Amino acid sequence: MTKRNKTHIVSYKVYLITLVGLIALTLISVGVTYIQLANLTIFTALLLASIKSTLVLIYFMHLKFDNRILQILVAAVFILIALVILITFLDYNFR
Amino acid sequence: MNNIATHTHRDDEASKLGMWLFIFTELLLFAGLFIVYGVYRYLNPIAFHLAAEELSTTVGTINTIILLISSATIAMASTAIRLKNKQLTLLLLITTLFLAFMFMVNKYFEWKGKFGHGIFPGSEDLQKLGHGDTLFYGLYFFMTGLHALHIIVGFILITIVCVKVNNNSLNINNTVLLDNSGLYWHLVDLIWIFLFPLFYLIT
Repeated sequence: MTKRNKTHIVSYKVYLITLVGLIALTLISVGVTYIQLANLTIFTALLLASIKSTLVLIYFMHLKFDNRILQILVAAVFILIALVILITFLDYNFR
Repeated sequence: MNNIATHTHRDDEASKLGMWLFIFTELLLFAGLFIVYGVYRYLNPIAFHLAAEELSTTVGTINTIILLISSATIAMASTAIRLKNKQLTLLLLITTLFLAFMFMVNKYFEWKGKFGHGIFPGSEDLQKLGHGDTLFYGLYFFMTGLHALHIIVGFILITIVCVKVNNNSLNINNTVLLDNSGLYWHLVDLIWIFLFPLFYLIT
């Protein structure tokens, strides 16, 4: 059998640890809203959401164990989305 | 020779790539909506701030945790089927379905509460509140509604997977439908991870 056909089996434990981490981050992001951070509120909320989505992508969506092409593609799409959002906001800010 | 090569013309790697390409289009669709939200929030900061305070953080948090657990259970189902544990695979899939159902029940009561207060797209009460609130609730109903539609599609998809696992047509030699359904379900989770702070937390 070629190596390509051997899919890595992720253990239940990895998923459980990821889940615990995700729930903890959710509770932290809720807790943070009770602290007055003024302008940092949006930044912290989006930062925590980004960390959570990265965990989902890497472990739940199996990217850690997928082939290189897929990893590069997904990263490229997220960079594209980030750029589109950034450019739109730059446009709105300096109009 | 554990995974005996069945001589059917199948390319699981390509199926997975196809699923990812579909996920990319979905991400771009929601990214567009996030931009619309961001720009309108930037133009109407006070109205968005006040309107967001009307949404229940508790309900939002519970739904977030429900979706996260359901994502974990379907991911574990992919492991269970590879370990040839059919009973556990089914149990995990049914748990995922149950959690998806609970998410929709919460969403139903949340929307019903809003409708009860006269807040729904095009309502008179909303127009009295002003331009900013109309935009906020318009986006709220559209984006959470579109997300809920994805939940329903996922529910149907996972039900099909359940039936196939049960009649053994989906087994260790052919897990791609389960894996791709899992990917789709994680996408639904991924979108919610961003919807939750934008509508419920940032006030």
